[in-house]
Amino acid sequence: MKVKGFFAVIAIAIVGSWLGLFIAVPNVLVLITSFLENDPQGFFHLQFSTAAYHQVFDPLFWRVFLHSFEMSFKAMIICLTIAFPFSYWLCQFSSKVRGWLLFLTIVPFWTNSLVRAYAIKFILGKKGLVNSTLLFIGVIDKPLKLLYSEFAVIFGLVYVLLPFMILPLYASLEKLDKNLLSAARDLGANGLQRMWYIVIPLSMPGILAGCLAVFLPAMGMFYISDLLGGAKNLLLGNLIKTEFLSTQNWPYGAAMSISLIVLMAGMLFIYYKAAQHVQKRGEFDV
Amino acid sequence: MFKLGKSLFFGAVFLYLYLPIIVLTANSFNTSKYGIKWRGFSWKWYERLFDNDALLTAAWHSIIVAACAATFACVIGTLAAIALYRYKFRGKSLMTGSLFVMLVAPDIVIAIAFLSLFLLLGISLGFWSLLIAHITFCLPFVVVTVFARLRDMDPNLLAAAKDLGASDGLMIRKVLLPLLSPAIISGWLLAFTLSLDDVIVSTFVTGPSFEILPLKVFSLVKVGVSPEVNALSVLILLGSLTFVILSQMILKKGKR
Repeated sequence: MKVKGFFAVIAIAIVGSWLGLFIAVPNVLVLITSFLENDPQGFFHLQFSTAAYHQVFDPLFWRVFLHSFEMSFKAMIICLTIAFPFSYWLCQFSSKVRGWLLFLTIVPFWTNSLVRAYAIKFILGKKGLVNSTLLFIGVIDKPLKLLYSEFAVIFGLVYVLLPFMILPLYASLEKLDKNLLSAARDLGANGLQRMWYIVIPLSMPGILAGCLAVFLPAMGMFYISDLLGGAKNLLLGNLIKTEFLSTQNWPYGAAMSISLIVLMAGMLFIYYKAAQHVQKRGEFDV
Repeated sequence: MFKLGKSLFFGAVFLYLYLPIIVLTANSFNTSKYGIKWRGFSWKWYERLFDNDALLTAAWHSIIVAACAATFACVIGTLAAIALYRYKFRGKSLMTGSLFVMLVAPDIVIAIAFLSLFLLLGISLGFWSLLIAHITFCLPFVVVTVFARLRDMDPNLLAAAKDLGASDGLMIRKVLLPLLSPAIISGWLLAFTLSLDDVIVSTFVTGPSFEILPLKVFSLVKVGVSPEVNALSVLILLGSLTFVILSQMILKKGKR
């Protein structure tokens, strides 16, 4: 069908120009900025240079970069470990109970993540719930330093992002054909085999979508490390924010952002391949 | 035995998700300023909050931006969803692709892209820059919500309208929009909350001339725990809760 009619032309023109101007152009600008020279007087200097990328891989900066990467990755793995059994068992409840449990999962998904990150201070703080409880029981005699550590940052990331892992996982596990599991059971597969050969491969798109939805935002959430992490546990978002708003080394900040985009593209590619793979397999099975 | 383990597991996860919020809420009514020891019930932090003009102005700014951003995102997003569903055109996959990338891209990447754009265009950082950025990052969420509804719809309804001689415009007004309205409303609510909650993008695209609530809250909580912020947080949480319930109810009604 060719585009015809006034409405179609107008709709496509509005949406297309909005996306072009406010998505394509800005990202090209960041790409260009990352290849410019840093100007100590501020922002950048109109001169081609790959110095910003050298700086990303400079051992000194690379360590900070890697540490932020590592914290986000750990948060993602912990989210997956909690969310997988959670979503799997969630599918087994009766639909009424399931509706309520899903609702309880969606509420934090919608609530302000800054406020939720702040709320963690009441749990991990010096006079927080954990320390007060442990002191009261008498397990410890002076408060543990839980806040302002790598542990606190990961705790906060998992806390804020867990619903983002549960929802895509649940969506893909819910679609799983239960007959496949009964067939496998009849053919003598034990629980572990059913999990490994059927549930995990078929829910792979959901697993990867959840990992994307946790890992990528986790890299950017500077306020979590600002509130819970202290100066030593910075996320990539903190580094980029510093370069853009304080140090004003825009090329370096842009280069870090481009590295994050490249990482995202890689993860999207894997996701796309896995989704294709599952679809193909599904066709053969039917 | 297994069943008990399962219940314990669910209990633990929900405890993890809700305990911090519950403690925060309890503390906002606590007479004591520091620590979580209970010293009696009090409204005083809420009273003090409503005396704080700077915070109230920031809250008002936030609500205006969120309402405008959600409305524009709904208009553009609904157009996009209808175009993607109904028409074949050059650049369609590009359109889907850029919306999808927006959906998964980390906020920090979007934030600096906008900062660069506004600097280049010479748009000063304030209401307009904030509005444009918020419309754009809310857009894909509206498209996804509306598109899902379009896909579940009976395509014969549109064909029937066409056969009976309705023009595109008439069909959209009389058939499509009434059918889509639950999805559009729930998309609006989602966009409104997303805009209201955003810290990362707003940090980069607004200036001191236009302060908004999340950034104000951020600067307050960075300093430490303060009882007014607890009260404010509880109000924000209540707002979000209202919005989730509304949107869930509307979506459920639409499905029937």
